[in-house]
This record gives sequence, C-alpha cells and structure tokens, in this order.
Amino acid sequence: MPLRLLKYGLSRDYPVSGDIPATPELKPAYDVVIIGGGGHGLSCAHHLAKYHGIRSVAVLEKGYLAGGNTARNTTTIRSNYITAEGIAFYKEGVELFERLSQELDFNVMFSQRGQLTLAHTEATMRSFHMRAEMGKHLGTRTEVVDQKGVEELCPLLNMDYGGPLEILGGLWHADGGTARHDAVAWGYAAQASRRGVEIHQRTEVQGFEVVGDRVQAVKTNRGRVACGQVLIATGGMNYDVALMAGVELPIRCYPLQAMVTQPLKPWLDTLVSSVSLHTYLVQSSRGEVVIGGGSDPYQLYSTRSTLDMKEHLAKGAVHLFPFLQGVRLLRQWAGITDMTPDYSPIMGASPLANLWLDCGWGTWGFKATPVAGKRMAQTIAEGRVPDILKPFALERFETFRLLNEMGATAASH
Amino acid sequence: MKLLTCPMNGPRNIDEFQSFGPVRARPDPNATADRDWSRHLFRAENRKGIVIEWWRHVPSNYFFLAERDLVSNEVIRTFDVSELPERA
Repeated sequence: MPLRLLKYGLSRDYPVSGDIPATPELKPAYDVVIIGGGGHGLSCAHHLAKYHGIRSVAVLEKGYLAGGNTARNTTTIRSNYITAEGIAFYKEGVELFERLSQELDFNVMFSQRGQLTLAHTEATMRSFHMRAEMGKHLGTRTEVVDQKGVEELCPLLNMDYGGPLEILGGLWHADGGTARHDAVAWGYAAQASRRGVEIHQRTEVQGFEVVGDRVQAVKTNRGRVACGQVLIATGGMNYDVALMAGVELPIRCYPLQAMVTQPLKPWLDTLVSSVSLHTYLVQSSRGEVVIGGGSDPYQLYSTRSTLDMKEHLAKGAVHLFPFLQGVRLLRQWAGITDMTPDYSPIMGASPLANLWLDCGWGTWGFKATPVAGKRMAQTIAEGRVPDILKPFALERFETFRLLNEMGATAASH
Repeated sequence: MKLLTCPMNGPRNIDEFQSFGPVRARPDPNATADRDWSRHLFRAENRKGIVIEWWRHVPSNYFFLAERDLVSNEVIRTFDVSELPERA
C-alpha cells in the first residue's frame, strides 16, 4: 500500500497541480484592472475571461488572496430579502451557488440546508409575513412557520415557552445554505488564472491617474499600470480606494465580529438566526459552530476583537442552545464592513467613465460573490449596466430611491 | 470592558453609551438643493483619522462630543456641547 501510494504520487498521469500561479511581473497595461483579490474581484475576473473573452486582466491584491472579508465572513447564502430588486438579485446569486462546484470544477462544499430565522415578538412575525410573501412572489422558497414548525425544523432549540424570549415562529428559507469561503475564492482564482488572468498579490494600489473623466492608470507599490477599465472590489477598503480616485462613497466602516467553537459532532443541520438576539449560528463541515452577528456600535477601522462583543454573541448562542454552555471557543476575529445607509450594495457606474464599483457590501457580501462577479463582468464587457443592477446604482442616494434592506440584513443573517 | 469618560458622569462602561456619528454642518434648509441634502443625509465622514462625533450617555440622556481616532480607537478627549468650536 505505501509503495502504491508513492507510485501514484510520482506518476506523470497525476501531476501536482498548482492551482494559482505565483505573482508574475506587472505589465505596463491591461484591458481590465480589478482592485481587490477577494471573492468578488476573482469572480469578476473569471466571468470576464470565460464568458466575455477578456483575458488581459490583472487582479491587484494588497495582501494575500482572499484574506480580507472573504476569509472573515460567516458564509451565509440566502435570498430572503425585503425589496423586489434585492430578492431578484440575491436569488440569482443562490442559483449560481447551486451549480458553482460544477462551474469551477472545484468542490465549494455548498450545503443547501435551509435557514431558519426566529421571531421573539409579534412585530418580527409581521415582518416575516411580508418577507415570505415577497419571496414567494419572486419564486424563492420562503415561508412563515409557527412554533410547531420551528420545533420540527430544529428540535434542539430552546423555545423559552412563557419566557421573555419565547420563540413565536420563524421564517423558513429552504433555499438558504452555506459554502466553504476559501474554496469559492480559490476556485475562481484557479479558473481565472487558467484562462490568462494575472493575480498580483502584495500589490497595493496607491493612487489613480485621472485625466478628464477617465482613469488612465493605476499607481501601485510595484509600478504604474495603464488600464482600459477599472473595478473597485476591495471590501472594507472601498471607501479609501474610491476616495483616491476622487469618488466619495456613502459608506461608513464598522467592524463585524464572529467566532467559532471547538469541533462538535454534527447536531445543527440548519442555519439558525435570531433577530432579537443579534446572533446566528451554523455548524461547519468540520463540526465547529460558527457564531456571528456582532457589529460594533461605532465606526472603526480596526479588526481587533472585544470581550463585550464575544460575551454578547455567546449569550445569544447559549440562550438558543443552552447545552452550548461550557463549549470552548476556538477562534475569534473581526472584519471591516463597508456599510451603506440602506443596507444594499452599490454596484455599477461611478462618476468616472471607466471606473466601476462593486462596493457597499457591508455584512452581506459573501452570498453575492458569484452573481456580483458575473454581473459586474457583464457591465465591464458591455460598457453598460444590466437591468438587474440598475437599482443598486450610486445615484440612488441623490434621487432618494433607496433600497431598504435593514430588516433583512442587520445582524440577522 | 472599555470605558468612556462622560463629561457629566465621569468614566462609565462603553455599553452605557450610544454613538451618533461624526459632527456635520447643518445645511440651510431654505437654500439647499436636493443633491446637497442627499449628501448631508447619506455621506458621512469615514476617513481614516481623527473625528469629532456625537455620543449620548443613555441612562442620563446626555449628549456630548468625543474626539476619537478611527484607526486606533483611542478617545483623545470628551467634552460638552458648549465647547464645540463652531458654536463657541
């Protein structure tokens, strides 16, 4: 057996595959420069190369691949939003996840196990009815369930009958799921680089050369790069990067904190979240319980963690599943979220003709990795914004056409 | 637990406070175009650096100001509204 394994390992029929090539020399010019080597930027690069034949693409990443919010989110995939525009967009995102492993020839470990959001008040139940009807109208699987339904879906939940946080019902979203975030980013990176996209890690954008209404070149720590089109997809750094090009985005940055427990046997087979407790839980394929939802209550550009936020998350988790008390925390972290006033992203055109935005992803960006990349690639390739993205334009703030997703987004994933 | 020094109540738990974001100049309601209103409403100060922002001590409902570094989270000083430079 060890000999056969060695023969297999050294066989030419099974060569070692390096998924992502080392960072090459920076060329003087590219058709498209994507700023940000996270999931969204890599997804856009993949779609540009595969579906639009644009292969002169450079992805510029300040740190290492997918080490920002792609690595720090809590991998919730769902489409149970409030506005018709939002649901239509995120629904396409869920559908792309359903076939993503095949698309990338890479197992992203997509698990469509359903998401259960809990209501502890009548007001929350009313908002769930609205979200369910909107969801059904647009063809997603979203329904309101009563107490019995909640107990059937998640028998280990503490229903707190008669208590102050009695669970009155829930919003059951059968389309909801989770996937392995690193696999999503690496799958896109591998596919994109196979088609000629260059991924430049440790390449920091330091400024833009703007002439008239166009970005002529991007200045980096490794030199100047002339560009046909530019996409900003830098997560928590979107405000800063756009500001270098003279574009002031309606964004405020807040840290979002999360944590995981030690690995446990599989016991939680749905995603569970509570609006009132600002806590959500999902058990990863490694058995760790991912507990998230803690946005710091004031602006900050720091990824430090705080004891009070961890206590808050632990309290919510232990309330929902009391047997979690005594379980140890394995890791904890924070990411910088770029929050918009209406809790919807900003996608599409900027005031500069060849500068495109994939920004304002706040706490809700991971689920949109495939769809934002697909639609932004289409936008860049065709030079115009497709209908599905139009409601998310930066101008919506000037025309007061906001897309309010606060009730479906803020710490209620 | 982080402490914040309230100008009226002294050092208190950060949990007792609520942030209201950076101080902004109020536009003239009679001479402001829609575009500038939207700017006032939606574009907040978010640069990496030191900001002066509104805070409230919730139990006493007392509003005051704090000068804070948005990168290091260091609170440089807290002061009463009467000391706000624009109003002095």
